[in-house]
Amino acid sequence: MANVMTPVLLVAVIGLICAGLLVFASKVFHVAVDERVTQVRECLPGANCGGCGFAGCDDYASNLVADEELPCTKCSPGGAAVAAQIAEILGRAAGATEPQVAQVMCNGTCGARRTVLEWQGMQSCKGAKGWFSSPNACMYGCIGLGDCVNACQFDAIGIVDGIARVNRENCVACGACASTCPQKIISLVPQKNMVHVLCSSTDKGAVARKNCDNACIGCMKCTTVCNFDAIHVEDNLAKIDPAKCKSCGLCAAVCPTGAINSFKKLPSKEQAEKVAAAKKAKAAAAKPAAPKLTPEQIEELKAKKAAEKAAAAKA
Amino acid sequence: MVNLIVIFMAIVLVNNFVLSQFLGICSFLGVSNKMSSAVGMGGAVVFVMVIAELVTWPVMQLLNKFEIGYLQTVVFILVIAALVQFVEMFMKKYLPALQKALGIFLPLITTNCAILGATINAISFGYTYVQSVVYAFGAGVGYMVAMILFAGIREEKLYNTEGVPTPFKGVGIILVAASIMALSFMGFTGMFQ
Repeated sequence: MANVMTPVLLVAVIGLICAGLLVFASKVFHVAVDERVTQVRECLPGANCGGCGFAGCDDYASNLVADEELPCTKCSPGGAAVAAQIAEILGRAAGATEPQVAQVMCNGTCGARRTVLEWQGMQSCKGAKGWFSSPNACMYGCIGLGDCVNACQFDAIGIVDGIARVNRENCVACGACASTCPQKIISLVPQKNMVHVLCSSTDKGAVARKNCDNACIGCMKCTTVCNFDAIHVEDNLAKIDPAKCKSCGLCAAVCPTGAINSFKKLPSKEQAEKVAAAKKAKAAAAKPAAPKLTPEQIEELKAKKAAEKAAAAKA
Repeated sequence: MVNLIVIFMAIVLVNNFVLSQFLGICSFLGVSNKMSSAVGMGGAVVFVMVIAELVTWPVMQLLNKFEIGYLQTVVFILVIAALVQFVEMFMKKYLPALQKALGIFLPLITTNCAILGATINAISFGYTYVQSVVYAFGAGVGYMVAMILFAGIREEKLYNTEGVPTPFKGVGIILVAASIMALSFMGFTGMFQ
C-alpha cells in the first residue's frame, strides 16, 4: 500500500506547490489592466474570426483602447450595434458601418460550365488548383470543392449545384472565405446591393462562352442600359461599382448570358429593352449638357442643404 | 571546462535537436516563415529550456530518492507548465518589454517536445547539474540556429515564386528544404566524441 501511496502523494504535493506558486504569483505580480479593455472585449462577439485584421477579439479590444485613431467599426460580425456599444465605452463617435456580405462571383453551375476532367483527387480547391489549375474549362470560376465551406465558422456558405453560394442571413462578412478561396472570386459587398456580376472570367467573349453558358462575354449591353453609370466592362468582364449601383436590375434583365444576377425580382425583358431604346433615342437627340457649376456654387448649395437638414433635425 | 564545451558544441551541431533528433519539428516548420518570429521563438526556447532544466534536475533527484523515476514525464510536464506560467506572470510585472518580445511563444512552447526532450535526455545521460544546464542551453541554441537558418532560406524569393514547380508549392517545398538542411548537418557527425 505504501508503494502506491508514495507516488500519488508526491505528485499531489508537487502539484499543490505549483498551484500555490501560481496563486501567489497571480496576487503579487498582478498587473492592472485597463478596465475598458475588459468591457470592450465583452461587447465583441468572441468569434475570433480575425475579420477585423487583428489576431482575435482580445487583440482587437486592447488595440482599440490603446489606439485612439482605430475605428471601432471593424467588427463585421457585431455590426453597427457592437460598434455603437464600443463607441459608448470609449467615448468616441461610432462612425457609419455599412453592413456587408460575402458574394461568390461565379455562376458556373453544373449545367452551365464545361468540365475538362473528372476530379477524384483530394476534396480541396487549393489542391485541385495546384495540380490542374481547375477541373473546369473555365480557369477563373468556382472549383466547388468547398475550401470556403471549411473556412466558414458561421455555416453561411455551401456548395449548391457545384458552386459556392452564400447564405446572406448567416453571413457576418468576416472575410474568411474570401481569403481562403484560391481563385479569389469571393468578395465582400455591401448588403444593400442586390445585383452582381457573377462571373470572374477575363477571357474573350467567345472563349468565355465556350467554357461556360453563364459567363460574361463583355457585350456591353449592361453598360448601355445602366442609368447610373455604375457598370463598366474591363478586360472582357463587366464590373459594378457598388457605390453607384442602385440595384434596379436593368442590367441583369438585358444580360444575354445570365452572368448578372439579382437577388430581387427583375424588371421584365421588354421593359428593360424599352429603357435601353429610350436611352438610345435620347442620346441621339443629343441634349445639351447641364450647365456646369463652379466650385463656389457647389459649396454654397452644399451649405444650404446642410442648413436645411439641421433645421429638419431640430424640428 | 573542456567537457562542458564538448557537450555544448555536440548538441548545437552534431545532435541538433531539430535536424537530427526530430524534436520540436512542428514549431520549427510553423514559426520559421519570418525571420523576426524565428528569432523570438528561438530566444523563448533557449530561455525556457534553461529554466526548465534548472528546476527539473533537482526534482529528478527527489523522484529518485523515492524510487519513482518512472513518473518523470508526468511530473516534468506539470512542473515545466507551472514554471513557464509563473515566469510569464513575473515578466508581465517586471519585464514587460521582454514579455512582449517573447509574446505568444512562451505559452506555446510550455509542453513542446523539445523542452521535455532536453530535460529527460540530460537526466538519462547521467549529467551533473552544471552539465545538464549547459546541455539544455546548447539544445536551445541549436534549435535557434536551425530556426534562423531555415527562416533565412524561407525568406529567399526562390521559395515563394514561380521557380517552384506547381505540385511542390507550399508545404512540399518547405519539407524538401528542411530535409536538405538536415542532410547538410549530417556533415558534423563524428566531430565531437
